[in-house]
Amino acid sequence: MKTRSNSQTSLDESKAVQYLLITTAVLFLGIMLVVPLITIFVEAFRKGAEAYFTSFNDEYVLQAIKLTFITAAIAVPLNLVFGVCASWAIAKYSFFGKSFLITLIDLPFAVSPVISGFVYILLFGAQGWFGSWLIENDVQIIFAVPGIVLATIFVTFPFVARELIPLMQEQGNDEEQAALLLGANGFQTFWKVTLPNIKWGLLYGVILCNARAMGEFGAVSVVSGHIQGVTNTMPLQVEILYNEYNFVAAFAVSTLLAILALLTLVLKYILEWKVARELKKLKNEE
Amino acid sequence: MKIEVKNLTKYFGKFVALDNINLEIIEGELLALLGPSGSGKTTLLRMIAGLETVDDTDKGEILFNNIDVSKKDIGDRDIGFVFQHYALFKHMTVFENIAFGLRVKPKKERLSNEQINKKVTKLLELIQLDGFANRFPWQLSGGQRQRVALARALAVQPKVLLLDEPFGALDAKVRADLRRWLKELQEELGITTVLVTHDQEEALEVADRIVVISKGKIEQIGTPEEVFHNPANEFVINFLGNVNLFHGREEDGRLDIDSSLENEDNNSKFLIRPHELEIVSVNNKDAILQAKIRYIQLAGSQVKIELTHLENETRTVLVEISHYEFREKNIQKGDIVGIRPRALRTFENGAGI
Amino acid sequence: MRLNFGILKRQKSPIPGFGLTMGYTIFYLSIIVMIPLIALFTEAFSMGWQAFVDASTNDRVIASYKLTFLTSLIAALVNTFFGLIVAWCLVRYEFFGKRVFDAIVDLPFALPTAVSGIALTTLYSSQGWFGQYLEPLGIKVVFTPIGITIALIFIGLPFVVRTIQPALEEIQIEQEEASTSLGASRWQTFYKVILPTIFPALLTGFALSFARALGEYGSVVFIAGNMPFKTEISTLLIITKLEQYDFAGATAIAVVMLVISFVMLLLINILQRWSSRRRGMEAI
Repeated sequence: MKTRSNSQTSLDESKAVQYLLITTAVLFLGIMLVVPLITIFVEAFRKGAEAYFTSFNDEYVLQAIKLTFITAAIAVPLNLVFGVCASWAIAKYSFFGKSFLITLIDLPFAVSPVISGFVYILLFGAQGWFGSWLIENDVQIIFAVPGIVLATIFVTFPFVARELIPLMQEQGNDEEQAALLLGANGFQTFWKVTLPNIKWGLLYGVILCNARAMGEFGAVSVVSGHIQGVTNTMPLQVEILYNEYNFVAAFAVSTLLAILALLTLVLKYILEWKVARELKKLKNEE
Repeated sequence: MKIEVKNLTKYFGKFVALDNINLEIIEGELLALLGPSGSGKTTLLRMIAGLETVDDTDKGEILFNNIDVSKKDIGDRDIGFVFQHYALFKHMTVFENIAFGLRVKPKKERLSNEQINKKVTKLLELIQLDGFANRFPWQLSGGQRQRVALARALAVQPKVLLLDEPFGALDAKVRADLRRWLKELQEELGITTVLVTHDQEEALEVADRIVVISKGKIEQIGTPEEVFHNPANEFVINFLGNVNLFHGREEDGRLDIDSSLENEDNNSKFLIRPHELEIVSVNNKDAILQAKIRYIQLAGSQVKIELTHLENETRTVLVEISHYEFREKNIQKGDIVGIRPRALRTFENGAGI
Repeated sequence: MRLNFGILKRQKSPIPGFGLTMGYTIFYLSIIVMIPLIALFTEAFSMGWQAFVDASTNDRVIASYKLTFLTSLIAALVNTFFGLIVAWCLVRYEFFGKRVFDAIVDLPFALPTAVSGIALTTLYSSQGWFGQYLEPLGIKVVFTPIGITIALIFIGLPFVVRTIQPALEEIQIEQEEASTSLGASRWQTFYKVILPTIFPALLTGFALSFARALGEYGSVVFIAGNMPFKTEISTLLIITKLEQYDFAGATAIAVVMLVISFVMLLLINILQRWSSRRRGMEAI
């Protein structure tokens, strides 16, 4: 199929229209996305670099950073394992109900973050289904770290799986079958053949999953209880600092999250290019 | 290794992919499974390999040296399989691809690195890719990839070699070369080989025996000569090259064309290959019909001539003659000529030649 | 068949691990997603019909639905319009900084919503870079529905751009050449040939942006001001009810929102199927 190249001239709009459209697009992106991004850094340094760095010299802020990393360190690997399992089951076999299963895996993206947190309160809160059992056994999930982790897992649930399923479907089973025929066992086949083929897609999913895990606000906010130094992640700490009118500190913590976001975007861009190249290679081979 | 397929029936849902297949593959032969796409030939090959299983709803068994392998793991069947699209491991070098089967063996059976090196080097020589050990699959041509796939399959010293349309994705020249090379290699190694193809020329050229398959059933098993010259039925004739269909009656070894019999049963159908027809003068008494020459194709080893029936211009006849004969008879486009079968053999079920 | 999950029947395969991977998938999906969601619906059922209707349709709740829907709708419309222009420029033109702009489109995906929320609030507050110019004009953004809409535009934009981009890239140049050679002006070609082709993608982008806006919380909560009946969105109301230990009230609103989300999901699935079928037709 022939697609449009950028050098085409006979079909282009007049220069005036082009400039008008480009100006509109750039202005819109500038006002809506770029300026808010810049604001974060400007506000963080409004009272100078010293004030900026002092913001981090705060026990609660450090605790929040630590908790954010802990949460991501639990949620991301769990969803990674799930994503690999789910995509293996879905891409490598044919069975009835496959598209329904894919829809179920995608479901958490359709659920409001607030509701994602709320459902765990219904299960594990003091008045929840398992509430009295948890109290009797002195286990706290809601308003504690386990609740935050659970809510984070929920909102980042589909990221790895939805990246891997199409990739593995595209790659088919031939290489795995070849490996098995050559005497490899299931584990060897996965480790030596499948994994190298999906590594970029996997990394892509993990990076998106991690960005959301570290940045989630709504779902975590519902189950956290906002106990400073105990159940506050970085985004929750931002909220508290902002509501306490401690704007410099709020934006200072925000800069860390913004840098994380920018880093994610750069990695995403690179990986998209890598995955596209991999797919192209795959097509060349046929 | 001898392979037997007994009463094998395979379902995909309600679809019957293989319908009561019985087949014996003799030790050391090269057997071609020939048929159109969707005929079940690949399914049969994959079932021998174990890539498709004999499920509870299916029937029959597959025996390797008289032992049922239907429930055996595919890694334990001693099979070398070559995929149509090679299925080389994209992220491994040619060397590592070939070594894969040796490296995944359990520790106590595994060769030392040195021995693996030696073996792979030898295989690289065998496939004439000595200098390519460190290349990646995407840096190779299609023919080279296919040879690597073959070397990879041979590395584990399989007892049977299974090839699924091995030359299907290659261009004509490479295909012809590889075909000959494969045939020689197979004879040298003496390994039992099964090859799936939809290309009758390929099957006729390389196979010791051909199994013609259509709609999940075996139509004929025989040597290339048998299949080509004594096709068992209409399907086999049609599938193995161009053929002319005539309607008529046989009397005293002579064919009387009678197009009014077109809608009759099979007893009035005659199939004659283009090279078995001769162009004669229009009033030759042995001619079975008169026709006008519409198109002459001079390119190729034979001259191909397309004619239309004189009495019915919508019906065409194909005739192939040698260039020598063509010049001898001074045939021109637009000529009105007679057509005569060179030899009329007896017909079985009204379908053969 | 060794394993049978009822509906998940399958053909036998030589590739090992179906039981293990499918078993784990179903198990993990159940404990993380299915059981909690079922708990929500069970909770709603146990309330009884009348209580549910009362809790999910009292005046304050209805006002929040109206606000949420209206602001989400406007935001999605704005995004569809500007998203089309942005996608068009990114696909068709070369300009300085194009790659950076292309990458930055995903910023709202990557930036935590709380950070976007405080950044937008600061920008549009009366001393902010934008607010100081808007307020003298009588346009108050912060703590009004306009602010909510702006936050929703921010978080919904990538959905529209990223849906339209591939559709634009796949348009066959021959179609436009044919149209032009038949005497159509550029605008006619756009309106009669290009727009109908990308329409399913446009609609999908709109629906995705709208659906995301309905459930949004983090970026809105700072700029909204959260005044009951005026600037209180539905997700915020759920949290308010929770803080008042009104679990029944929270459940009722959550169920209504969730059902709407599922309907949107279904709609988007249908749209995407339509969109890909149309693309498939174009390959012919």
